[in-house]
Amino acid sequence: MYKPKMQLTKEQLAILNGSEGEIKAKVMETLVRFGDIFNASKLVKVTHGKGHLVTSFGISMLKPIFNTMDKINNAGLTVKEGFTMDPRPVDFKNVPCNLLDKIIYSKVLYSTQKKYEEQLLKAGLKNKDDFSCTCYLKEVGNTPKEGDVLSWAESSAVVYANSVLGARVNRNSGMLDLFGSIVGYVPYFGLLTDEGRKATWKIVLKTTKLPEAQILGSTIGIKVMEEVPYVYGLDKYLGHEINDDVISYLKDFGAATASNGAVGLYHIDGLTPEAKKKKESLIAPNAKEYVIDDAELERIYNSYPIMWKNKNALPSLCFIGCPHLTLNQLITWSHRITEGLKETGKTKVQVKTVFTAAPQVVEAFKKYPEYQALINTKATISSICPLMYTSNPLTKKRNLATCSNKLRTYSMARFYKENDLLNIIIGKEGK
Amino acid sequence: MKTFKGRVINGGNATIKAVVSHNGVNSLATFQSSVIKKSKIAYGSDQNNKDVFNVELTGKALCLPQTIGSTTGGIVIQQICALKINPKAFLFSLPIDSLAASGIVLATVWENSDVIAIDNLGDEFLKTVKTGDTLEIKEDGTVTIL
Repeated sequence: MYKPKMQLTKEQLAILNGSEGEIKAKVMETLVRFGDIFNASKLVKVTHGKGHLVTSFGISMLKPIFNTMDKINNAGLTVKEGFTMDPRPVDFKNVPCNLLDKIIYSKVLYSTQKKYEEQLLKAGLKNKDDFSCTCYLKEVGNTPKEGDVLSWAESSAVVYANSVLGARVNRNSGMLDLFGSIVGYVPYFGLLTDEGRKATWKIVLKTTKLPEAQILGSTIGIKVMEEVPYVYGLDKYLGHEINDDVISYLKDFGAATASNGAVGLYHIDGLTPEAKKKKESLIAPNAKEYVIDDAELERIYNSYPIMWKNKNALPSLCFIGCPHLTLNQLITWSHRITEGLKETGKTKVQVKTVFTAAPQVVEAFKKYPEYQALINTKATISSICPLMYTSNPLTKKRNLATCSNKLRTYSMARFYKENDLLNIIIGKEGK
Repeated sequence: MKTFKGRVINGGNATIKAVVSHNGVNSLATFQSSVIKKSKIAYGSDQNNKDVFNVELTGKALCLPQTIGSTTGGIVIQQICALKINPKAFLFSLPIDSLAASGIVLATVWENSDVIAIDNLGDEFLKTVKTGDTLEIKEDGTVTIL
């Protein structure tokens, strides 16, 4: 039997010792052992009970998940308040797929998707459409409050919840997110503690305009890796209130810090909740400093490798929306595409283009005239995970293009600045 | 002979060959090919990590700073341990990262794996050890390059 190093309550110890069954004891042991590695002093209550799970794909290579889920289902363990999931890995209707692709996705890569989703429903998935990495958006509704403790793992959601919402969650691995949600406790260390939320980097922004969120996030992530940055100078462009534009910007910025580095929390001076309240007391003594100007952003942008065989080829498929787009972003992209096409004298997008957003956001978008305008250009809207799409080895031979730094990092997709990608889509530029 | 002392996460005794990665090991990219192919022996499949690309990893002492990449990383480590194609030992020069820690714990609790994990071995360890060196690992976290 495992002897915990951390202090447990009587109730927690009883669960560990099997009072609520063997499987729940193993779930608890996993969390306690994990916390002990990081010298967690105790387990604390998950106060935002609705979970969010990162492992949304029934990929055959991750067999232990399915075995563990069977054990959890058979033991009758559930997440009481339910959970949302990361996006589904396939969407044959809205994302270009040939017959061979379909066979690979459905018979080889994600052959266990149906069974896995049945397991998820038994464990507490409430709604068959709750599949998006942006669970925290108001349309989706899994939105923690400031100070809430969570058990999530999706890196872009973790960094958003910590930074923009002021909730508290560590960068967990898949399965640990589910386990914390089942027992309702998580180990107290790292980003859950006041000390762990202090910034060890001061980032001084000295650019001549608002940087592209994806490039600024990447630049900071590459520099600070898993540490906490405190960013000066961004409030000059974003203002001091969290509005729809700011939500979209910080969502993309955070995802890039988390995927190009391993950032779980950032503070924006004068804007994010903790920075507004605690100001520079959030900065640890001897914090390092990093000045970012236009030249530094350009240096980072030029360092991104182009993984295509023919670097001068045209993109064959564009993905926009990793993480999933907000309603605001969908409306803006619709304007940019339709106005751009007018400018080039065309009516249809010149490269197959898929916009991705949460199912609930897509539903909301359908009520706006911009939805039909975008559909008329033959662009498509999906709720797929673009990353999962690229797990198919056949996609490596295609020239995927994106303005997402997360998708660039985990796939062979080529990164373009938003305007450059727009120009390709509307046929203004060849490459 | 040079000896290093780290913190024991999962203890064990072994005398095995080292494979050294000077950069973070992306668990998903490194092991996904072997897992998908259901190989009996895992070879590193991350083209971005030349230190371990196409190098046999099963039964070896994987010496690394930390793991990096997708938050599925923990489950991937659990999976290679379930398939028994895992490195016998993970020897971290830095404090273990949360994804690798999750994987080691998941493998221990749910797969009864005896995978060894030691962290905090220090930068000097990673500078000294070379792929192909024989390492003697002891239960107390001592690693000796023989």
